[in-house]
Amino acid sequence: MAELLERPDLPEELDLPPEEELGNLPPAPPPGLDTVLYEHDDGLARRDLRRQIAAMEAELGELFASAFPRAGIEFQVAGLGGPRILSVDELEQVRDALAARLQDVKGELHDIGYVEEKHRALIERMSEDPASHKWIRVSNEQIGEPGCRHWHSRPRWGILGMIMGWWRVKVSSGCPLARGVAPPAKPPSFTSSDGQQAPAT
Amino acid sequence: MPPAAPELPPEWESAPEPGWVAPELAGEFPGLGLLCTVVEAGSGRSPEALKEQLRELSNRFAGAQAINLRQRPIPWAYRVFFRHIGLDPDGTPTPVEQISLDRMKGGRFRSRNRLDDAIVIATMETGAAIRAFDADSVNGRLGLRLSAPKESFEGRTSPLPDGTIVIADEQRPLEILFGASAKSALVTANSKRTLLAAIQVKGVPEIALEEALWLAASAMHA
Repeated sequence: MAELLERPDLPEELDLPPEEELGNLPPAPPPGLDTVLYEHDDGLARRDLRRQIAAMEAELGELFASAFPRAGIEFQVAGLGGPRILSVDELEQVRDALAARLQDVKGELHDIGYVEEKHRALIERMSEDPASHKWIRVSNEQIGEPGCRHWHSRPRWGILGMIMGWWRVKVSSGCPLARGVAPPAKPPSFTSSDGQQAPAT
Repeated sequence: MPPAAPELPPEWESAPEPGWVAPELAGEFPGLGLLCTVVEAGSGRSPEALKEQLRELSNRFAGAQAINLRQRPIPWAYRVFFRHIGLDPDGTPTPVEQISLDRMKGGRFRSRNRLDDAIVIATMETGAAIRAFDADSVNGRLGLRLSAPKESFEGRTSPLPDGTIVIADEQRPLEILFGASAKSALVTANSKRTLLAAIQVKGVPEIALEEALWLAASAMHA
């Protein structure tokens, strides 16, 4: 290599053809060279993208189930107008949108999980020392659990307990009982064919 | 001595037959297919036995099942296929998810008519997607293909976009896949025979389709 650098007969710059000549290159391989190497098959790329989409859809489904009962997390990924065979570019769009949605959902679940963990720790601290956490109330929703239960730091026996410092954590018993259909406001009146009301029994 | 032909259950009026799939679709979506059977009944008012089946199903299907639905293999397979063909399964729910959404919103599986109730039972039990057409308005065998350029579709003023996947007979498209149906092909109370078609996608075993068709056919005779 050092010998080549010392040779004075070699030009310092390469003589490249002018740019317009580069632009005249054939857009397709010349006849006889269009072998399998030049063939462009999108089928394999589409199959691979479909496999990736399937895996992401499965992951999104798992996250959807694990996110319950937390509300307000967006799981939707827009479609591209179908039903039809999507091109490679379109399948890439679907794949990328799913990947972005997965990232968003994981991020949101991570943030929510952090806050829920803090609330669980608060419940433990409240239970250990209710007097230091006066009137604080933590609900099941805040720790990511279904149901209506809540933990409430409040004084025993109302004002007397407040004055005496008898604080405790009260755990509610859950959701109110479901109520059936309300009875009609008044019993139906039966009218006979001649327009007279039947006597009440 | 040749083996005896397997005996069909009493509810099978015609053994299920596979529909055709256009080569360009079969090449792109291996596993895509149709399984069809004809039932000698139309729609109409649901009998009490069918309503009772719906009530039992309502008791068995609750919120927990609805939340975990997309993790089950067959509903997941339909969701994936929806993504592959450009549909958003949350905007245009898959058949089983649509029925479960209706169950959650309505508090129960509401009885509509004999055919719809039969399809609800079959879909919820198996997860398979079932379509129904008036068998007497279908010409030849049913199949899946892409729409031709500027092909018209009954009920649409503009032609179908090129390459739309449709369920078609040998003459015309009957339904945009998982979308609108041609009105003349719908099953009504006046229909004498119903053509039930179960849509197969990759990941849905054929036995699930057969079971879905068998359940729907049995329910239509309940």
